[in-house]
Amino acid sequence: MSTTGAFRTTQGGRIDRSKPVQISFDGQSLTGYQGDTVAATLLAHGKHLVARSFKYHRPRGILAAGVEEPNALLTLGSGANTEPNIAATVIETHSSVVARTQNAWPSVEFDLMAVNNKLSSIFVAGFYYKTFMPSLKGWMFFEHFIRKAAGLGRATELPDPDRYDWHHGFPDVLVIGSGPAGLTAALGAARTGLDVTLVEQDFAFGGSLLNHPIASPEAQWMKSTLDELQSLKNVTLQKRATGFGLFDGNTVGVMERSAPGLSNAAHGVPRQRLHILRAKSVVMACGALERPLLFAGNDRPGVMLSGAVGTYANRYGVVAGKQAVFNTNNDAAYADAIALAKAGAQVTLADLRKQINGGLLDSAKAAGVDVRMATAVVQATGAARVKQCALASYDLATGAVGNTLSTQSVDLLAMSGGWTPSVHLTSHRGIRPVYKPELCSFVPGGFDVAHFGAGSMLGTQTMTAAIQSGWEAARQAVSLCGKTVSGDAPRAPDSSDAYMAFTSIPPIATAKPVDKTFIDFQNDVATDDVALAHLEGYQSVEHLKRYTTQGMGTDQGKTSNINALALMASKRGMAIPDVGTTTFRPPYTPATIGAIAGRSVRSHLAPVRRTAMHDWHLQNGGQMMEAGYWMRALWYKTHGANLSEAYKAEMDIVREQVGMADVSTLGKIDVQGPDAAEFLNRVYVNGFAKLGIGKARYGFMLREDGIVMDDGTTSRISETEFFMTTTTAQAARVMSHLEFLLQVVWPELRVTVASISDQWAAMSVAGPKVRDVMRAAFPSINFDNEAFPFMGVVDATLEGELAGNLAGVKVRIIRLTFSGEMAYEVYTPTHHGRAVWEHLLQAGKPWKLSAYGLEALGSLRIEKGHVVGSEMDGRTTLNDVGAGKMASQLKPFWGDALRHSEVLQRKDRPTLVGLQAVDPNEPPNNGAILFFADDEIKGHGRGHITSTTYSKQVGTSIALGLLQGGTSRVGQIVVAASPVHGRQYKLKVVEPCFLDPEGNRYRG
Amino acid sequence: MLRINCPYCGVRDHEEFSYFGDATKTYPGLEKENHKEWAEAVFARNNPKGEHFEFWQHTLACRRWLVVKRNTITHDILEVMPARNRPLGATSPAPYNGPNAAAAAGKGASA
Repeated sequence: MSTTGAFRTTQGGRIDRSKPVQISFDGQSLTGYQGDTVAATLLAHGKHLVARSFKYHRPRGILAAGVEEPNALLTLGSGANTEPNIAATVIETHSSVVARTQNAWPSVEFDLMAVNNKLSSIFVAGFYYKTFMPSLKGWMFFEHFIRKAAGLGRATELPDPDRYDWHHGFPDVLVIGSGPAGLTAALGAARTGLDVTLVEQDFAFGGSLLNHPIASPEAQWMKSTLDELQSLKNVTLQKRATGFGLFDGNTVGVMERSAPGLSNAAHGVPRQRLHILRAKSVVMACGALERPLLFAGNDRPGVMLSGAVGTYANRYGVVAGKQAVFNTNNDAAYADAIALAKAGAQVTLADLRKQINGGLLDSAKAAGVDVRMATAVVQATGAARVKQCALASYDLATGAVGNTLSTQSVDLLAMSGGWTPSVHLTSHRGIRPVYKPELCSFVPGGFDVAHFGAGSMLGTQTMTAAIQSGWEAARQAVSLCGKTVSGDAPRAPDSSDAYMAFTSIPPIATAKPVDKTFIDFQNDVATDDVALAHLEGYQSVEHLKRYTTQGMGTDQGKTSNINALALMASKRGMAIPDVGTTTFRPPYTPATIGAIAGRSVRSHLAPVRRTAMHDWHLQNGGQMMEAGYWMRALWYKTHGANLSEAYKAEMDIVREQVGMADVSTLGKIDVQGPDAAEFLNRVYVNGFAKLGIGKARYGFMLREDGIVMDDGTTSRISETEFFMTTTTAQAARVMSHLEFLLQVVWPELRVTVASISDQWAAMSVAGPKVRDVMRAAFPSINFDNEAFPFMGVVDATLEGELAGNLAGVKVRIIRLTFSGEMAYEVYTPTHHGRAVWEHLLQAGKPWKLSAYGLEALGSLRIEKGHVVGSEMDGRTTLNDVGAGKMASQLKPFWGDALRHSEVLQRKDRPTLVGLQAVDPNEPPNNGAILFFADDEIKGHGRGHITSTTYSKQVGTSIALGLLQGGTSRVGQIVVAASPVHGRQYKLKVVEPCFLDPEGNRYRG
Repeated sequence: MLRINCPYCGVRDHEEFSYFGDATKTYPGLEKENHKEWAEAVFARNNPKGEHFEFWQHTLACRRWLVVKRNTITHDILEVMPARNRPLGATSPAPYNGPNAAAAAGKGASA
């Protein structure tokens, strides 16, 4: 008995007394029962002090029994499994629980940082900003210490080892909350045969009904309703599942936790699961949360919400204290006081009201509760735990505190300031709550189409009313799905008394308080902070929140918002609704980033695209890099020990012998139809209408605003068929662009487009020996200059002995160059890609054909002054990239009109130039800002460097760049500045084409 | 999560679609003389509060361009139609018939 705690009852509750469970709390082993929360287990062992507060490091205890808990935040697990700031009131007691207290050093019992509490008169709202912010340098220095002193638990920086999952659901009716209203709504909907899902954040269904004794009529009603729901196949009941957010399109986010101990990444069992439910209709039955009372020292460990005390007694068989004083302004606390008295505690109940219902008074007295009317708790004292409280006479009508009547020794102070409806979910839809004076509460200001509310969220005060509103919500929700609820609402149990009251709660202020009166426990916001905010002009509710931090943190002010609002309203002499209320945003309770990411982590974060030759690259020293989703070989280890060595060697291979690069990642688009030529003529800046069959043409296309979109080569295969290539990066965009033009702008054109990027593998074979290699590899094709000229296209089917296994394979060969050497691009269906690649390597052996990577490919094109995405960066025009002459004067094209706009024609636009290092020890670097020789090195300069490489052909490092004046400045010296690297150096302006401007290398 | 009823595929999550922009504009002919009209079509936007027509493409499925009528306050999708049925009225240039023909017709005659 004693091992499970001195404060555990001998019987009763919803715990399984046959299953004791050990948890670790700050290294100490504590025994609880299955069905406990960690908070219940701690209280059973008399542990109230479990935390230190955020700012003042005041001792704090367990306030609540649910998600609203502001104080009792623990860190769970260790190492990579560390999870900070979890409320003890929602952690299920399980043998896997290893919990630690946080924000205290060396311990919560003796915390040296509690010196902050002694200095609390200076640590008022806005203290940090007033003190440290005027000097930014000072703030930078102090911030580290402040953040260390003020805070919550620390998150781990290790990768999350757990697994998370997503589930998409499409229920007809989704019910959020399983209290009396939610259960009724689910039952009403379920009886019509519709697909019903009920989600409950707790690990047991029943909501507030769980707080009634098991033998009570309320609990019996709960059991029979749940039994019926569980028997229906069309009902999904999901516990440990929080409806945390309402989103567009009737989408509800539900965060489900696995039962404790079940999560197992190795076996694919997720720790949490995100349900994305697109429901036809949603019934919200989110309940209400109890408000604390405001009196000096109301944050002491052992001061709890009355409903929580009732919950611990009835649900968990735990007496939170043996000498208790309750303080209430409503009827609801009576049941809690009676429950505690019946469990053996000595209970005094101070009621702020002058008189109440006689029956309630009688039942309290019968249970041995000492009831005192018109009495308030005005002060609580005690350090590690509340020891004494002062009672004074009180006038609820005026808020006047009279004479101190007595001082009582206590180990528990329970308070109830009435209840606050949980309007969060409707608030997520942008619907502002409205204030109901008769309830002293905000209730939902309405519901979206297909959304309905029920129960105490709307302000119902009795179980009977909750059941009726649940039934009405079901009626409306199912009618939206074309069904009808038949019959009347289920009968409520006869004993259903008011158990939630919505009341006003003025602070109980004495003339000379000895301690602070807290409003927001988690953020250490006291009544004097609100007063200060008011005094300093931070009077709007949004300013109040940001100035004092009230309502922030893991609990988002669930117990404090209405109290803060009421206090500010009274300071301003306004009604509460005139002060307003803050906007609640998702999530309702903290949500795990891991669950939101689901399986989209690590290699599943983005798709990986591999070319047909991918494995060959890996097997032959290819060093792969990500290019968008594609994996591309950057360089090969066979050509050097590192990138810098290898790419230079690979450039030499291409310039001096012959090399081959995998260019399968190029975008490829099939353009077909009687109007295909006309279509391309409108898309490209240059003419395509007269392109001959078997010919390729290089072209630019523009965006509608006149900026360059992409470049590429398009080949004419037949009168009506074209084979377009795009850059790797712009493939998807160009495809969408063509589809837009065909579907939206020129639907009369008889053209279809299809993306065939994945269908074709491609390799570029380049170098002085390329013709020998091609002849050897494809003997049936005539590679003579006349038969297969530059920009020629040949489709062929491999045949004959040499073709071997490749007999019957189709290839498309286009003679064009990117490197400036004579070159052929060989396309073949993807599933033959590797075979054709290896066939070429085999055939090219006598000429030492060898693979080269992306780095060499990019460097070779820099030597030729060919532009890529670095130059076509979404800001540059045709003229800017030196391609103005390609624009046809004979026909208009897409983007032609706006490219003539004034701003795109300005003479001072930076345009393409070549740049050459003056000092070989000062190679140019990408992104450096260019200045004229006599410029002050300041500001945005005259342009910037876009691409750089070392060029053996030039004999030094070279670059491409965009420079005001462009090639008119050839021969001049400019200064490149790279403030990030602390570099400044000189460059010579040259023509962008460094090598063979006449094109002799590739034309012959 | 918006739900868009694609006329070709049925109701799908908006994640399958790509947003493009204002669908209320008319593109003029391609000729450079029309650059003022083009500036209007490309850059001038009304940013209405309430109902708005906009282009979406069903990128991850049928790849059809759609015109979606959406309420910019509530995000309600009120109507979805194929963009093909609602051409922008862009006038097409005359087919290019070689330099001589084009010269004869004057630069970029519009259809």
